[in-house]
Amino acid sequence: MKQKRIFIAGFGGQGVLLIGQLIAYAAMYENKNVTWMPSYGPEVRGGTANCTVIISDETIASPLVSTCDILTVMNGPSLERFEHMLIPGGELFINQSIISEKNSRADISVNYVDCTGIAIEKLGNEKTANMVMLGAMIKKAGIVETAAMKKAFEAVFIGSKAKLISLNLEALNSWEGKGDSRN
Amino acid sequence: MKEKKLMKGNEAFALAAIRSGCRFYFGYPITPQNEIPEYMSRELPKIGGSFIQAESELAAINMAYGAAASGGRVFISSSSPGIALMQESISILASVQLPVVILNVMRGGPGIGSIQPAQGDYNQVTRGGGNGDYHVIVYAPNSIQEAMDMIAKAYDVADEYRNPVMIAADGMLGQMMEPVDLPEDKGGIKAGDITKVKPWALTGHKDMRDRIAMNSVWLKQDQLEDYINSYWPKYEKAEQELAEYETRSLQAAEVVFVSFGSTSRITLEAMRLLEREGIKAGLIRPKTLWPFPFHAFDEISAKTKQIISVELSKGQMMQDVKLAVSGRWPVGLISRVGGMLLDPLEIVLKTKEILEVR
Repeated sequence: MKQKRIFIAGFGGQGVLLIGQLIAYAAMYENKNVTWMPSYGPEVRGGTANCTVIISDETIASPLVSTCDILTVMNGPSLERFEHMLIPGGELFINQSIISEKNSRADISVNYVDCTGIAIEKLGNEKTANMVMLGAMIKKAGIVETAAMKKAFEAVFIGSKAKLISLNLEALNSWEGKGDSRN
Repeated sequence: MKEKKLMKGNEAFALAAIRSGCRFYFGYPITPQNEIPEYMSRELPKIGGSFIQAESELAAINMAYGAAASGGRVFISSSSPGIALMQESISILASVQLPVVILNVMRGGPGIGSIQPAQGDYNQVTRGGGNGDYHVIVYAPNSIQEAMDMIAKAYDVADEYRNPVMIAADGMLGQMMEPVDLPEDKGGIKAGDITKVKPWALTGHKDMRDRIAMNSVWLKQDQLEDYINSYWPKYEKAEQELAEYETRSLQAAEVVFVSFGSTSRITLEAMRLLEREGIKAGLIRPKTLWPFPFHAFDEISAKTKQIISVELSKGQMMQDVKLAVSGRWPVGLISRVGGMLLDPLEIVLKTKEILEVR
């Protein structure tokens, strides 16, 4: 792996920034160079949220990107707004639970993940929806090893949140799709 | 083994200040540096330090005046318009020769401006901003790790030069996360040791020594001139000894970029893209903005045809670049302002335009 540029977008409260942070932690535990950069602005509750994570074997120049290798969209407007960023051959992850449209680009791999559905049915906790997506991303795009992600969980979910680690680990493995690889 | 951690810029800056012995923080909220007062309010009380949320930026910097005068290690942080509000007292700190480390997480200006990253404070931070003959020593990091290292160094330089030292970061560095090696914890100065390391500090003379007065008012102008001339050699020394810079690929460079802070990272990416197209580009990255590393420009090769200042301001740094270049090469400008960022591709396109026109 030379460099992986990951862009994750959705609305506030979906755990978009957390997905990115966990990937960044895990990459650090794999001794990669990594940057995590959130969008920030005059934010409102439920407003848009996105972040860029770059993982590289080399020093990372700019923490911002105009194109990406992996795009994860948690809501409809993000798909519309950021779809163009994904390079040909890239991996697109769509939160199928609230995005009904199918993607028509033929030059990418599209993965539909029913984050909320899986979170409720398999895990019994709607709040793990973002972890379901994180799991799908790791499974399909192989961004980091699960062992490193476990260490990331242990670094991020501390204190009263430590009890969530086992449930979140379960969520990581809950997506069974293989993606829609049309290319 | 070094302690490695993934940290958000602002929290890392605050941690670096504490580990450099900072025990006093006074601040007033402003985006994009709000994680700093949040961090300080949580961490300083745990180690016997003081955090005060001031009623204004002016109050904060004047509290810093008091704490520094009594020998404490102080950290001040704000963002562009907040720093502008502090300039009156930064001039006073320089006039009474007090060491204070000030972090400016720059955002778009002028006026209240925007809250996105910018470098339009170049003149504000390098040209004083306040009145009178003084300088502020200014470091410009381009990564979170470098910012932490520079903060640690800034405390020592501020003490050595008895002068305010500024770290000019920006919203991008403040908001992003990167893995960092945590600096060693130097611990705070014990109250009983202050007079040993800072004999000028106001610690109460208890009839044991002459009184020390810190005073920024001089009603006799000839005395003020003598006073300014008495401390001015330290700025000449700073110009000789403190300028820092990094160069990349200056040998055989057709075009040399000058770029600092987070913008220099985007410039590096643009250099890689240009290389693929057969255009050899080099970089001079000032790590100090004052003193500006003028002598770095003597390393530019005879093959170079064009210098380009790449900055998030309307050519404020380009003025220093032109001084450094002294007419030896043509100087161009690639910039975005107001909180808009440069894209590596945009730098590539504009570089080609400049080279074609030439």
